[in-house]
Amino acid sequence: MNPATEVPTPLDVARSVGEPVLEVRNLTVEFATRGGSLAVVQNVDIAIEQGEVHAVVGESGSGKSVTALAIMGLLPERTARVSSGEIRFRGRDLTTLNRKEMRNLQGREIAMVFQEPMTSLNPAFTVGDQIAESVRHHVGSGRRAASARAIELLDEVGIPQAARRAEAYPHEFSGGMRQRVMIAMALACEPDLLIADEPTTALDVTIQAQIVELIRRLSRDRGTSVMFITHDFGVVAEVADNVTVMYAAEVIESADVFRLFESPQHPYTAALLHAVPSLDEDLADDDDRAMPGVPPNPTAFPPACRFAPRCVHVVEGCHQSIPQLLSTADGRRVRCLRADELTLTGRS
Amino acid sequence: MRLQTIVRRLIALLPMMLLVALMIFSITYLIPGDAAATIAGDGATAAEIGRIRNELGLDRPFFVQFFTWLGNVATGDLGVSLTTGRSVGDTIVSRGPATISLGVAGLAVGVLVGTSLGVLAGTKIGSARDRFAVVGASVGVAMPNFWLGLLLVTIFAVNLGWLPATGYVGITENPIEFLRHITLPALALGSASAAEICRQTRASLGNVLEMDYMRTARMKGLPARVLVGKHALKNAASPVVTTVGLQATVLLGGTVIVERVFGIAGLGTTAIEAVSSRDIPIIQGIALLTTITAILVNLMVDMMQMYLNPKVRMS
Amino acid sequence: MTTVEIPTGDAPAATRPKTAARRSFVRRFAEQRVAMAALTLLALIVIAAVFASSLAPHPPNAQNLRNILKGPGSDGHLLGTDHLGRDVLSRLIYGARFSLLASVEAVGVGLLIGFLPGLLAGYIGGKVDWCVMRVIEALMAFPPIILAIAVVASLGPGLTNAMIAVGVVFAPRFARMTRDATLSVREETFVEAARSMGLRRSTILRRHVVPHVLSPLIVMTTVLAGVAMIVEAGLSYVGLGAVPPDSSWGTMLAGSIRYTTNSPLLIVWPGLCVVVCVVCLNLIGDGIKDSVGREARGKISR
Repeated sequence: MNPATEVPTPLDVARSVGEPVLEVRNLTVEFATRGGSLAVVQNVDIAIEQGEVHAVVGESGSGKSVTALAIMGLLPERTARVSSGEIRFRGRDLTTLNRKEMRNLQGREIAMVFQEPMTSLNPAFTVGDQIAESVRHHVGSGRRAASARAIELLDEVGIPQAARRAEAYPHEFSGGMRQRVMIAMALACEPDLLIADEPTTALDVTIQAQIVELIRRLSRDRGTSVMFITHDFGVVAEVADNVTVMYAAEVIESADVFRLFESPQHPYTAALLHAVPSLDEDLADDDDRAMPGVPPNPTAFPPACRFAPRCVHVVEGCHQSIPQLLSTADGRRVRCLRADELTLTGRS
Repeated sequence: MRLQTIVRRLIALLPMMLLVALMIFSITYLIPGDAAATIAGDGATAAEIGRIRNELGLDRPFFVQFFTWLGNVATGDLGVSLTTGRSVGDTIVSRGPATISLGVAGLAVGVLVGTSLGVLAGTKIGSARDRFAVVGASVGVAMPNFWLGLLLVTIFAVNLGWLPATGYVGITENPIEFLRHITLPALALGSASAAEICRQTRASLGNVLEMDYMRTARMKGLPARVLVGKHALKNAASPVVTTVGLQATVLLGGTVIVERVFGIAGLGTTAIEAVSSRDIPIIQGIALLTTITAILVNLMVDMMQMYLNPKVRMS
Repeated sequence: MTTVEIPTGDAPAATRPKTAARRSFVRRFAEQRVAMAALTLLALIVIAAVFASSLAPHPPNAQNLRNILKGPGSDGHLLGTDHLGRDVLSRLIYGARFSLLASVEAVGVGLLIGFLPGLLAGYIGGKVDWCVMRVIEALMAFPPIILAIAVVASLGPGLTNAMIAVGVVFAPRFARMTRDATLSVREETFVEAARSMGLRRSTILRRHVVPHVLSPLIVMTTVLAGVAMIVEAGLSYVGLGAVPPDSSWGTMLAGSIRYTTNSPLLIVWPGLCVVVCVVCLNLIGDGIKDSVGREARGKISR
């Protein structure tokens, strides 16, 4: 095993070639509410290459988790639906699959790690059993082979005395250890895509770093693509190759991690970047950091630019014309009318 | 290890059983008019009654009487019926099996019907079948068991003639006749419990299906059979088991009235006769026996909870 | 029922004017159509029972042996006559008196015996709580009907005695509920504040604790009132409850079973009355549970 701790280099980014593993195109997800349907994800495009760790960043309610659930096929059936767009995974459009075809994919080709390690494991079964059941179900291994595989996986995610711990129940593990178990469970069938939905938010800072490192390492060792959802740019810097930033159900910027940190093109990205506390940073007033107000509610998105009411660079036009997600040079994309004229400061 | 736990629990229950025994003894001790007068008959003189009181030990202090009684009970002597002169133990042994069969059959109806309807409703909350189950359950809990029994008799015995209206045949005598005779009483006895168990199963399952770990199980691509049958049911079972235990106790009492509807000569019929004739030892014996049975059922429920809930098992 | 204050369970509510809390409860309850319908129906039944003498078309015990077991709608007998030629509808209306009264008696006795011990056990705690809890456990260990029968055995048959017996069965359940609810408000800041102000224990209990215990207790009361009706019918049916000529719905059932072949409807009506009342009571209970403040709801389910 490779205890790699290095910061991602341009080589990592260059590694990604060929057809993307996942390509979300123009995805819109609507929730049925008493007042009609609400689009909580709107026209979202995300592409993730083989072996890439792709961070999706945004505040809560920005639609990033719903995007993940839509890809995973776990949208609440009665209230939510994909109303338009495609989710192409290895060339197949997941939105057209029936329930059985989707089940064949879930847990085997796409797997997910959730935010809440304390509640995401079934309290009534041993962790070994919960890891082994995926293997038994998808690979068709026998009980014994599946248990052996579960122990192997527990060892791989860094759980000491894996053979003994496989017999333990979730409540006997700490939060960080449970998240490791969750990761082992997700990786049980060697999926091509791992979705990690804020996997470290509920954990202590030191544990956070370990889990991020674990995911990074596993992705590298296995060539697994990772969609890493977070609201924390500190984590993004640690883990990601590329970044998509979401705000109010839309993608507002995407770029590779270096350029995004160096020169954000959307004022929201810049504000988020500057909201990350740092020790060596000058804490003097900073225009880009200021972000008054709160994210808008899906029932009342601003009509034009959805960030305009909170934007420090707002001009009259921002309230009138709807900004498009435009590709700029070198494969970056940004949704801002003033993208060309603004020069925003990033972080290094 | 396991056996040790059970024994420890049993010992812990002893004080409660003692308290129950004291209550049973004092309830009947408080009966106005005394047993001696009942035995002596209408024309008895005060001296005669006094002699009988003395013979029965009724003139001794309360706690002396209680511990004498308790000592006898502990050695299996529940006393003698004041009306038939038979020993209470024998009466219970001869009348018990019918009541126990009825109770178990009623519970079987309650559990089978209740959990299956509960699962059907709980897996699709808000659907038509769920609403049907909810309405059915709220009518079911409101239906007096003996009334349902009367309706069942009227429909299936009197009008359709499919099943006998009354009587009881032991399972060892004739299993087929046993089933024919027990079906209607068991349905009458068990349906309110079925309704209660259905409600609990539905609520509990509905709750569990919303849990984060169910999303995890869905993420693994497991089929609905495994999702509900394995992941949800084991977690949902705990409150259901508690309800089943509670219903077992309720059913044990409910047999009293249902036996009457179906003319089954069990403990319930005996108890009612004993109340009318003030046959105290019989009432004491039946109350003691059924209550201890109920306590043991609850112990079993606790043991089951340990199996279902690893967290409880640890502590 | 609506004259009782329903607390919302949070600390500020204790200081909020009582009328405001009561008004918001009434509004929330009124918004629930099912519960309101149940309340209306039950109110109609209660009115019918109260004014039985003027509403019933015939005296309940007027026999007419030349006009027995008539079907519904014959000779001015809307629901027909029973085996003694008595008007079924009139007997049902009068029967409501006994059945409703029985149910009120049973929960009344249950509350009378159970409430205070539960309150004191929860508030004082310690040895008092320990003793009360042991008695509660022992009483709850009895199969309900068996305990009722044992009590009837010592009191003698008759409707009132039977309902006292049912009250004894209910008492530990009321006590347990009151104790648990009291325990959960005992440590609340507003109770502690009252204690530190040197208020007398009885004042604290009356002004600060009891209002918070009431709402779960009222829900339980409606549910147990329904259970009492079922048990009353059962005990009367086996002859341990209402004694003729008093006729509750249970005794009506007992009287008519021999005639099911010819007049099956005779056993349908009284039972239906019980079911309707019990369903109404349960729906009202659910309605109250959903109408008390969100904060208090947790306590009820406990």
